[in-house]
Amino acid sequence: MRKTMTSLLAGIGLVLACGTSVYAQDKELTIFWAEWDPANYLQELGNEYEKETGVKITVETTPWPDFQTKAFTEFNAHGDAYDMVVGDSQWLGAGSTGGHYVDLTDFFNKHKLGEVMAPATVKYYAEYPGGSSKYWAIPLEGDAVGWSYRKDWFEDPKEKEAFKAKYGYDLDVPKDFKALRDIAEFFHRPDQKRYGIAIYTDNSYDAMAMGFENALFSFGGELGDYKTYKVDGFINSDKAIAALDAYKELYTFTPPGWAKSFFVEDNQAITENLAAMSMNYFAFFPSLINEASNPNAKNTGFFANPAGPGGDQFAALGGQGISIVSYSQKQEEAVKFLEWFIKDETQKKWAALGGYTCSAAVLKSEEFQNATPYNKAFYETMFKVKDFWAVPEYAELLQQLNQRIYPYVIGGPGTAKETLDALAADWNATFKKYGRGQ
Amino acid sequence: MATTMITTLDRSSRAAARGLSDISIRNLFIIPTILFLIVFNIFPLIYSLGYSFTDFRASTNAPANFIGLQNYRDLLNDPYVWSNFAITAKYVIISVAGQLLVGFGVAMLLNRDIPLKGLLTTLLLLPMMLSMAVVGLFWKLLYDPSFGIINYALGLGTFEWLSDPNMALYAVALTDIWMWSPFVMLLSLAGLSAVPKHLYEAAAIDRAGPFYTFFRITLPLVAPILMIAVIFRTMEAFKTFDLAYILTSQPTAELISIRLYKMAFQEWQTGRSCAMAYIVLIMVLAITNIYVKYLNKVKER
Repeated sequence: MRKTMTSLLAGIGLVLACGTSVYAQDKELTIFWAEWDPANYLQELGNEYEKETGVKITVETTPWPDFQTKAFTEFNAHGDAYDMVVGDSQWLGAGSTGGHYVDLTDFFNKHKLGEVMAPATVKYYAEYPGGSSKYWAIPLEGDAVGWSYRKDWFEDPKEKEAFKAKYGYDLDVPKDFKALRDIAEFFHRPDQKRYGIAIYTDNSYDAMAMGFENALFSFGGELGDYKTYKVDGFINSDKAIAALDAYKELYTFTPPGWAKSFFVEDNQAITENLAAMSMNYFAFFPSLINEASNPNAKNTGFFANPAGPGGDQFAALGGQGISIVSYSQKQEEAVKFLEWFIKDETQKKWAALGGYTCSAAVLKSEEFQNATPYNKAFYETMFKVKDFWAVPEYAELLQQLNQRIYPYVIGGPGTAKETLDALAADWNATFKKYGRGQ
Repeated sequence: MATTMITTLDRSSRAAARGLSDISIRNLFIIPTILFLIVFNIFPLIYSLGYSFTDFRASTNAPANFIGLQNYRDLLNDPYVWSNFAITAKYVIISVAGQLLVGFGVAMLLNRDIPLKGLLTTLLLLPMMLSMAVVGLFWKLLYDPSFGIINYALGLGTFEWLSDPNMALYAVALTDIWMWSPFVMLLSLAGLSAVPKHLYEAAAIDRAGPFYTFFRITLPLVAPILMIAVIFRTMEAFKTFDLAYILTSQPTAELISIRLYKMAFQEWQTGRSCAMAYIVLIMVLAITNIYVKYLNKVKER
């Protein structure tokens, strides 16, 4: 027995000794992000950093549906598996008040990032609470919802003629939601297995919210007042009601079985010849101009989210900032990496690799805007974006939105007003529960 | 019964030959098992009961405040939670009844001398050996309205199995029936082959009809083992998560476990989700208890 115990202890000791020595020798930083192309681009950028400094960068990824759960499980356990995390903009509240993120305000001010990065990205990816000038992340991947469309369908002379005869104006990239609706209706031909439009409907995370926000913000509506947490008269305003009905109408022009669709399905709508237009994050557009992943690459065009009836034009914000995890043992190394990351030449490299830089200078450059068919639309969009609530309880607000809006859009009973009044009541109750704005 | 088994160790057994005393068997096997259970099952169970009376959120640093029965009150007053329970009940009934019918039916068919019976049985068991997540993913493809093979084979056009709010739950139940009927079939086969042949011979001599034979001989004798299948399948169906989560996001198919997952790991309402888990646990315990009582009754007959 004693022998076993001795050998067991020796074994444990050996493992510990090896562990610590590996730890001391290797300079390695782990960045956690979701599994998608931009994460691969970030890994490539990290490889450049390793060449320059010898510090190895590992970008660890997990599929989107698990991303939030996995990241917060690690945070809640105070684990140091990740030194940095590229977190969703909505996480700022939970990340900062929960003590999971390192306060980067000094870093931000020292490097004047408020001027270096595009204003919307600073406001939504870095600052919490809104207007407090406290910063928790460095804008990394700018993103917003835009649209792709089938140029060949739009430019077909026969279609153009038929469209003009039916609607009285020329078939072109939609300038407003009315045109978007008309074009969707025009191309919706179930008997030919062609459908009008692909929109977001998945209610398991934020897809439905992002899709609806595109209509809501362009119709001049708001989710609420982010400073006072007042929602009555915002989310259930006349503009919001009109926006919800417009979104519900768009759903009637989607391909069959479109009730759980997010970025994968919406890109498939273009690659599989299903829809004339498709909503998606700009981050997913690189694969649409790649002939290997999209047989219609040559015939795919892009446009920014159109204006609403009042002329307002906004888009729902995606994208992420990079934060240092407060449980990391290598925070100093992480700060060094961020210092390198915000340099102009790094940002240029980041954009060249396929990342959506948030650097205002790079965004404004001709070089960037002409690099791809969608960069110009991206540049235009990034200066008119709005985002969801970023409070720590955002997930509850999101769940309530899904619970109310999803059944209505998918064809459930009730009216838009009833739906949004009920949502306002839910949100009021939640804000009251957390003592906000009372 | 259990105590006698522990205290009287068969003298000719290998354990006795090697000189393992009852005490060392207890130390080697029973104590580690109990410790394991306490550390990984009992302790978290009791700990989460404590959390269920607080407003604790694992995602923040705020301390947990004791709020009494508030969580339970809120949950039981939430119409969405009630609808989740109603959906779960409907799902359990459809899926277990379907599995029972299909599983027992196939077992009846197989319970005779047919060529390649062994191979056939093995092949029929394949679905339940697959992972739930994998089954979910490929049934999602099978159900697809645009290119799914089910609509193609049945000539249903673009029938929306998973996007139709009224159909989604049935589609999930259908997949579950496909996957778990073999389990019921296996247990039924064991039960059927244990029915003494002379009973059938006696019934044949008495000129009993096939229905009479089935309801008076086959069913009563197989009932206890069928009950066990029902208990297992009910418990599992009650807890179904992966299959439904992957297949559809329709609110009309949101089972209680999906709701619980969202509450616990997306919204991080740790306290409230603990309360919810307890409500589910009590329900499963109650249902299982009713079954077990009934099982004992059936066995006594």
